[in-house]
Amino acid sequence: MNIDSIRNGIVIDHIQAKKGLEIYEALKLNELDCSVAIITNAKSKKMGKKDIIKIDKDINLDLDILGYIDPNITINIIENDVRVDKYHVELPKEIVGIVKCKNPRCITSIEQELKHIFVLTDKEKKTYRCKYCETLKEE
Amino acid sequence: MKNLIDITDLSMEEIEDLIKVAKNIMQEPDKYSEKCKHKKLATLFFEPSTRTRLSFESAMMELGGNVLGFSEASSSSTAKGESVSDTIRTVGCYSDIIAMRHPKEGAPLVASIKSIVPIINAGDGGHNHPTQTLTDLLTISCEKNRLNDLTIGLCGDLKFGRTIHSLITAMARYKNIKFILISPDELKIPEYIKEEILEKNNMEYIETNDIEEYMDKLDILYMTRVQKERFFNEEDYLRLKDYYILNKSKLSNAKKDLCIMHPLPRVNEISTEVDDDPRACYFKQVSYGKFIRMALILKLLDIK
Repeated sequence: MNIDSIRNGIVIDHIQAKKGLEIYEALKLNELDCSVAIITNAKSKKMGKKDIIKIDKDINLDLDILGYIDPNITINIIENDVRVDKYHVELPKEIVGIVKCKNPRCITSIEQELKHIFVLTDKEKKTYRCKYCETLKEE
Repeated sequence: MKNLIDITDLSMEEIEDLIKVAKNIMQEPDKYSEKCKHKKLATLFFEPSTRTRLSFESAMMELGGNVLGFSEASSSSTAKGESVSDTIRTVGCYSDIIAMRHPKEGAPLVASIKSIVPIINAGDGGHNHPTQTLTDLLTISCEKNRLNDLTIGLCGDLKFGRTIHSLITAMARYKNIKFILISPDELKIPEYIKEEILEKNNMEYIETNDIEEYMDKLDILYMTRVQKERFFNEEDYLRLKDYYILNKSKLSNAKKDLCIMHPLPRVNEISTEVDDDPRACYFKQVSYGKFIRMALILKLLDIK
């Protein structure tokens, strides 16, 4: 299957298979007016199968969201058909407004418009705790 | 501006300084009797707690300051649906420092982000209660004359007991501390406390069901109440509340200089026959609580 390469834009590569759509939705790529391609189950030497997203425009990506959903992805920046930059994302130090704290005793359950924030407390174990009540984020 | 939300907000040096000031207040109370003249402490207790509130108010009065506030949410604008952030912004206009207790975990942190005056967490649900931990550290320092080289027995509700979790966190910074964790299986210390504090800091600990098994090894025995408000199920509470009752006979093998502590209120987990034992320190602990809160108020108001 061939998908046209892009001239100027971004290729999000090495996405864990089946997570492409989740990233598409989390980054709200449906709101863009350029072409966006999601390729699922592409063959990969390293991963077996992977997903890829191609965005036909250079946009500002929310790296925290990407790092939270899949810290192993690669981001390629394309200019005039040439890859000019390539970088990896990391687990974000804070996840803001994506995951809700499920502790019914947490202040986030009652305080008006308080953002739910999870803080990375153990990088190796990928442990996040609620900033306010320190409850562990559920997987 | 500094706040005290979690005991780890304070460095070891800052804790040492607070203990030093508290001991000095005990020796020379007159020197401090007007240090907070014209200053106001607001005690905002969204959840009732007579002991902690009176301790804060008494501390401020002994520093020559004034107090204002409320002792339950129903007598505050929270009952009308006001947010913590709005209450704090308002009260900050009337006071120089705020001590707050709230049933929701993390409420004092939210308050500290919005407040224009220092915030002291006087307890947030089952989460943190840093001034109780400071009280415990001052008690240990005064009674044992050290904060290193101690075998500490923690007995009772180790699962929900926030004072226990905070004390373990605070003691992790001192040398050669060994814990004997005494509880029924249902109220054992949570795994994350073991993994993230005890094991991470290479602290020695033993878990047991038997209060007498290691009694002769203890320098400190910290008793706790099985708290009814932490249970969703009345049946479980009734089954576990009388699991350990400390009495004279259980203390027969204990060291002569054992220090028996309890954050109070007690229900029946320490028999009143122990109260006259010179090793019973829990009422002295209440008194230490006032002095360490005096030291803390001075520190947060930056008064020398």
